[in-house]
Amino acid sequence: MSLLSIDGVWKHFHGQSVLRGIDLEVDAHEVVSLIGASGSGKSTLLRCVNLLETVDDGVILLDGEDITDPRIDVDDVRKRIGIVFQSFNLFPHMTVLDNITLAPRQVHRVAKAQAEEQAHELLVRFGLEGKARAFPDQLSGGQQQRVAIIRALATQPRLMLLDEVTSALDPQLVVEVLAIIRELKDSGMTMVLTTHEMSFCRDISDTVCFLDGGVLVEKGPPEQLFDAPEHPRTKEFLRSVVHSGRF
Amino acid sequence: MSDRISPVEGPGDWVKSERQHERERLRRSHGRRSASIATVSTVVFLVLVVWGVTSSPGWPRVAATFLDGEEFVHALPDVLSGFVLNIKMFLITEVLVLAVGLLVALARGIRTPAFFPIRALATLYTDIFRGVPTILLILLVGFGLPALRLQGIPTDLATLGIIALTLSYGAYVAEVFRSGIESIHPSQVAAARSLGLSHAKTMRFVVLPQATRRVVPPLLNDFVSLQKDTALVAVIGPLEALRMAQIHVAHSFKYSPYLASALLFLLLTIPLARFTDHLAARTRRRRGA
Ligand SMILES: Nc1ncnc2c1ncn2[C@@H]1O[C@H](COP(=O)(O)OP(=O)(O)OP(=O)(O)O)[C@@H](O)[C@H]1O
Ligand SMILES: [Mg+2]
Repeated sequence: MSLLSIDGVWKHFHGQSVLRGIDLEVDAHEVVSLIGASGSGKSTLLRCVNLLETVDDGVILLDGEDITDPRIDVDDVRKRIGIVFQSFNLFPHMTVLDNITLAPRQVHRVAKAQAEEQAHELLVRFGLEGKARAFPDQLSGGQQQRVAIIRALATQPRLMLLDEVTSALDPQLVVEVLAIIRELKDSGMTMVLTTHEMSFCRDISDTVCFLDGGVLVEKGPPEQLFDAPEHPRTKEFLRSVVHSGRF
Repeated sequence: MSDRISPVEGPGDWVKSERQHERERLRRSHGRRSASIATVSTVVFLVLVVWGVTSSPGWPRVAATFLDGEEFVHALPDVLSGFVLNIKMFLITEVLVLAVGLLVALARGIRTPAFFPIRALATLYTDIFRGVPTILLILLVGFGLPALRLQGIPTDLATLGIIALTLSYGAYVAEVFRSGIESIHPSQVAAARSLGLSHAKTMRFVVLPQATRRVVPPLLNDFVSLQKDTALVAVIGPLEALRMAQIHVAHSFKYSPYLASALLFLLLTIPLARFTDHLAARTRRRRGA
């Protein structure tokens, strides 16, 4: 059974369909990337999985459980999913440590000492030791984004959703964040991510999905999708990406 | 993590250049000139105002009734003791207003259907009590509530005044809190909810701490206004500063007791107003920089 199973998902905004019958299976320990032009619906799909948006049709199963059922406990589902956004959305009034331990303590009822110990371990692991007492605006963009990833990891989610986590960063800082994602993959984390970093995407993904106008046009292993795309739209998109120097 | 590019070797110690010295000299002399222009224009302005007021035909009469030093000194102790009641009313009302305002603002944000009546009630409350003039509300509460002759309704005039002021200012402060809550970017709520925090916990740990910081300047502004509006309670008769002044005026037909109570209010509100400005400026600096 897949860890995440998206089946025929539709989403409209103001009468415009943004997702048009998306089907996608994600197995445990798999890394799936969503690529596609701006506005193709990548972020919306992630937000639907995290129940920040309600789907208009279709089903999403997490560990076989229908999370699009209106009777579902939304907070309980979110406890099992970590999400990191393009702009970091750290809580500006809290220190790095408080940002990270908030959910473990308030949602998962972990004792303060234990939550802080785990947070420190994660900070060390991701090269941020010594930043525990800093406030978000005292960190560089790359550091903030790493904290955001750590914050999502601290609740030990089953699934991580990463929405363009590097696109607000300088090239030099992108490297730091990508290194973390790679480490997460090595540790066996299941991830669905959207990205404009094609070489990274190729490198890290088990499966790449190309979205166009809310339709999942083509998916496959990165070698196949990048080197031998079948659909004309995919070819066109990849050509434009090469032109814009993102590859 | 990644290999950092090592910093370049910079030049040696900085010695201020002659050009920079010259620039700073110019800035200083410019500053001195601005200050003297400001002083001269202020003096000219004050002289004109004083001359205009004192040369008005009614001035001798006004001076005699308002600027009567003897009556001022005579009334001051009573007015001052009345003013203590204003301060008490103000302090108690302030705490109550904060509690009422926050609860009402939160109630207006509740989306659970079972709590719809609470939300509707909160909306009704702010609509009504922001619309009724404070002085009218004081009269209604001051004379209306005791007339109900219900058990447990206070009859103490100052207490009734506090109730009326709380009802009125609670509605304003609720709106201040609400605008603060709404000014927090939705992505903050999304981030909190996506971590699994409930609506209540998102409010408590993420939204309110940020919102309260933002609303401190407008809140203090409302408090400056509340301080002086404690004098409105005079209409139902407790012996606060204005009421005391009125009593003295009625005896002596001199208006200097009014001046005395006005000065006392100023002594209280001006520092708070300056403090509010200071906080607002600090927030601006933080955001701007
Ligand atoms: N809350 C919303 N209300 C209205 N329209 C929305 C909303 N969120 C997204 N959309 C629209 O849905 C479409 C898909 O948006 P989405 O953010 O999913 O695109 P994306 O693929 O993530 O693009 P990008 O690469 O620029 O991030 C866009 O046309 C966008 O304008
Ligand atoms: Mg997006």
